[in-house]
Amino acid sequence: MRVAVVQFPGSNCDMDTVMALRDVTGAEPDLVWHGRRDLSDYGAIFLPGGFSYGDYLRAGAIARFAEAMDGVRKAAEDGRLVIGICNGFQILLEAGLLPGAMLHNDHLQFRCAIVPVRVERTDTPFTSKYAPGQVLRLPIAHGEGNYYADDETLEALERNRQVVFRYAGENPNGSRHDIAGIVNEAGNVLGMMPHPERAVHRLLGSEDGRAMIEAIWQAGRERQLV
Amino acid sequence: MFRARVYVTLKASVLDPQGSAVERALHALGYEEVRGVRIGKAIDVTLEAPDEKSARERVEAMCRELLANPVMETFEIEAVEAEG
Repeated sequence: MRVAVVQFPGSNCDMDTVMALRDVTGAEPDLVWHGRRDLSDYGAIFLPGGFSYGDYLRAGAIARFAEAMDGVRKAAEDGRLVIGICNGFQILLEAGLLPGAMLHNDHLQFRCAIVPVRVERTDTPFTSKYAPGQVLRLPIAHGEGNYYADDETLEALERNRQVVFRYAGENPNGSRHDIAGIVNEAGNVLGMMPHPERAVHRLLGSEDGRAMIEAIWQAGRERQLV
Repeated sequence: MFRARVYVTLKASVLDPQGSAVERALHALGYEEVRGVRIGKAIDVTLEAPDEKSARERVEAMCRELLANPVMETFEIEAVEAEG
């Protein structure tokens, strides 16, 4: 499976993501510039963390108009895998590929820590290698990670089992229902605030993110994604 | 040329932590009569348009598409004035 990591002006987890993918899978992902519209070569597309377009206006608000987002939207419709991490999650929300919006953390601080995150379901292409209810240790680093959706949307998310990751300890940002990551209804688009790509070695404090990358690879093979 | 001033604010149902922090600070300064602070942003858009009505319509479209996120924010176009 070929994998793209989209680079926006202001992305800063792009190389972390490339290196984590390379390290876990041995395959070489492509770093793709945000101005490239056609992403049909890729079975999985990562939108990395950072501060795309300086987070001006709202985090992710301007990035959603990048040409590459046409390719991302097409990939999502085709059932290919799209993974937005941190700023990537914010972009997916602004783009309407996932429901809800991101508010500033309720305490107004930028929070950088390794936090416990519970895996809420294991029947997704992203989490099949985890045990049900497993609590991962994953790094977070964000000031705008307070997931918000209205009651009706939240109810739909819970009913459709779209909440994939939930903070298992103290909620670090005030997100509703302790949400740390969600998928779309079809289950092929994931957005999450924690950084699995920064948890692929004991040296980094945790290697709990490796199994997510392995799961994505396995799903890519099974689904015969490009 | 027209200038529009747009106010974007969080919906009333959404907690505004910035506003709450400022409210606490005002109380600490002795302004105990303060019962609420909400913080939004003002965006000034200067644009070319044939008349005020169409300027307003264009700015409204901009608000819906980019300037405000309808999931959590509302917007108000406070003024549209001819510039210069």
